[in-house]
Amino acid sequence: MSHSNYQPKNSVLAWIERRLPIFGFMHGSFVAYPVPRNLNYWWTFGGILSFMLGVQIITGVVLVMHYTPTSLEAFNSVEKIMRDVNYGWLLRYIHANGASMFFLAVYIHIFRGLYYGSYKEPREVLWILGVIIFILMMATAFMGYVLPWGQMSFWAATVITNLFSAIPVFGKSITQFLWGGYSVDEPTLQRFFALHYLLPFMIAGVVVLHIWALHHVGQGNPAGIDVKSDRDTVPFTPYATVKDNFALICFMILFAWFVFYIPNYLGHPDNYIPANPLQTPPHIVPEWYFLPFYAILRAIPNKLLGVVALFSSIIVLAFLPWLDTSKVRSARFRPLYKQFFWVLVVTCVGLGYLGSQPAEGIYVIVARILTAYYFLHFLVILPVLGYFETPKPLPKSISEPVLGKSGVAVGIGARAPRKN
Amino acid sequence: MRKTALLIAAAALLGSVSAQAAEQAIHIDRQPWSFAGPFGTYDRAQLQRGYRVYKEVCSTCHSMKLVAFRNLAQPGGPGFTEAQAKTVAAEYKINDGPNDKGEMFERAGRVTDYFPSPDPNEQAARARFNGSLPPDLSVIAKARGVESGVLRGILNMFTQYQEGGPDYIYAYLTGYGKPPAGEELTPTQHWNSVFPGHKTQMPPPLTDGQVEYTDGTPATVSQYARDVSAFLMWAAEPHLEARKRIGFQVMIFLIVLAGLAYYTKKKVWADLH
Repeated sequence: MSHSNYQPKNSVLAWIERRLPIFGFMHGSFVAYPVPRNLNYWWTFGGILSFMLGVQIITGVVLVMHYTPTSLEAFNSVEKIMRDVNYGWLLRYIHANGASMFFLAVYIHIFRGLYYGSYKEPREVLWILGVIIFILMMATAFMGYVLPWGQMSFWAATVITNLFSAIPVFGKSITQFLWGGYSVDEPTLQRFFALHYLLPFMIAGVVVLHIWALHHVGQGNPAGIDVKSDRDTVPFTPYATVKDNFALICFMILFAWFVFYIPNYLGHPDNYIPANPLQTPPHIVPEWYFLPFYAILRAIPNKLLGVVALFSSIIVLAFLPWLDTSKVRSARFRPLYKQFFWVLVVTCVGLGYLGSQPAEGIYVIVARILTAYYFLHFLVILPVLGYFETPKPLPKSISEPVLGKSGVAVGIGARAPRKN
Repeated sequence: MRKTALLIAAAALLGSVSAQAAEQAIHIDRQPWSFAGPFGTYDRAQLQRGYRVYKEVCSTCHSMKLVAFRNLAQPGGPGFTEAQAKTVAAEYKINDGPNDKGEMFERAGRVTDYFPSPDPNEQAARARFNGSLPPDLSVIAKARGVESGVLRGILNMFTQYQEGGPDYIYAYLTGYGKPPAGEELTPTQHWNSVFPGHKTQMPPPLTDGQVEYTDGTPATVSQYARDVSAFLMWAAEPHLEARKRIGFQVMIFLIVLAGLAYYTKKKVWADLH
């Protein structure tokens, strides 16, 4: 997978390089690595996500130095961080809002993949690794939300762990195994804390595989056609690095807006009430990034089937490379798929809204329609569409629209086309 | 044709959804707060008045366990001097111990002490209030909020509306009144226009002239409510001023950096032929 014959000039580095070719590896992966020249800004979210994982791990490690995972002290120790630890408020608000920013970025990243067909041959494994990261992220975020031990922490933990009780025969035993007792209590908090610390490093491990697979098969691109010659690519550094850098800084501005100005906007006031097992909040709502899945869960009247639908809605993504029968990757050249893509986006946003509302009346009916459509999109529309849709003609190569057939630049600048 | 039908169906769904959403909300007015917005700071005099109301009224029933006397003199707070905070603390008797002989003893409060609770434990408080527990007020201003619809909620993201807590507390403290016809109250219940369910266990705590103000501020229920809400916001978010100040510096830095990064990107990509 090496893309360079890099040899360090410094004699110490050269000495190391002969024994462990790490500098050549880094150079091949992050400097010489060829990326398609037509990538648009939707391709910068991979870098943003790596940054967010780093931010979450660093702030998280420092927060752990001050946090006490016991049912009596958890809430107060978080407040102690907010009040008495130097810049503790900053660390905690970065970590709490960082989770939201992480999910915002990952949803953009996933929808980017859906739009441009990033999951298609030869990127199936890359895509599945991404789905695994997404599932690990959800588990990590859920357990992290439990740690402040507020009302929403406690009751979200109760609702979600209770899902497992829907499993036939073993449900009750599994649930009690998860709780470490007969209800959500201190043992639950402590194991969630241990796992919340562990899982990010597992995410980091799968991210390495994800990037490895990416660098092996090469990046997709907005045109969805393969790289055919050197003219189609540019070296990662400086071209992709400066572009990723600019996008990352813009993303950080959004992040800072939340951290410094509206740090509790995405949270729920009830989580500033210490956990009380005897008092159920009027509406138990998860964090915004789980709302679409929560809506799917509640749309189905049968508990077991609801849980099955919830997990299926995520697992179905892993089968996407085989559900989508079209040979054309990019939605740019798939006029029908493009429309269905946007309907899916609206469906997901709609489910998110319904997840935040009480499960009653018209909300449930609409949630059922949207849930049905969600599965219809993946299980029926995508497989069928590949046979009926007439794609637009594909360009001959990535560089053709940019450089023209002769290889001479068309117009000035000849930058990557950004229309999509 | 198909598109139109789809649009009509979507609009009908949206319409019925928003009709149901509109049914629930209790309207709570927004108050002007000095600490709102990107450059908001606490009004020291207001926090000091609010502290007075808290001390003379609220603290007879409510605890505030997470706030210490030293916090009163902390930057970005009510602006007590060290000496004033010491004096305030010394007015309290604190149970301490055990000492070398293994006995508990009473001593005068120190700045490092936390605000003492009015009741020794939860059971004592419940026994005093017919079984209900007055909530701790340390983070109450962040533990309450106002419901906004979807559009308003999205708008709040841009207008930086984060004052739902104090708005609710102000509305609650000034929201007492007679129950509408047909509503029955038990002897321990009181009618409040903004409390969820309207039947609150807390009797109207404030009356005009109850707390003496020395700075000429009108001694009215509405003024008390406003001041104590601001004080509770500070108690819940004591580093708000530092947060907004640093936030502005970070924003300026990032925006300049983004500009530089943009032109760097432009220059690097310009020579790509």
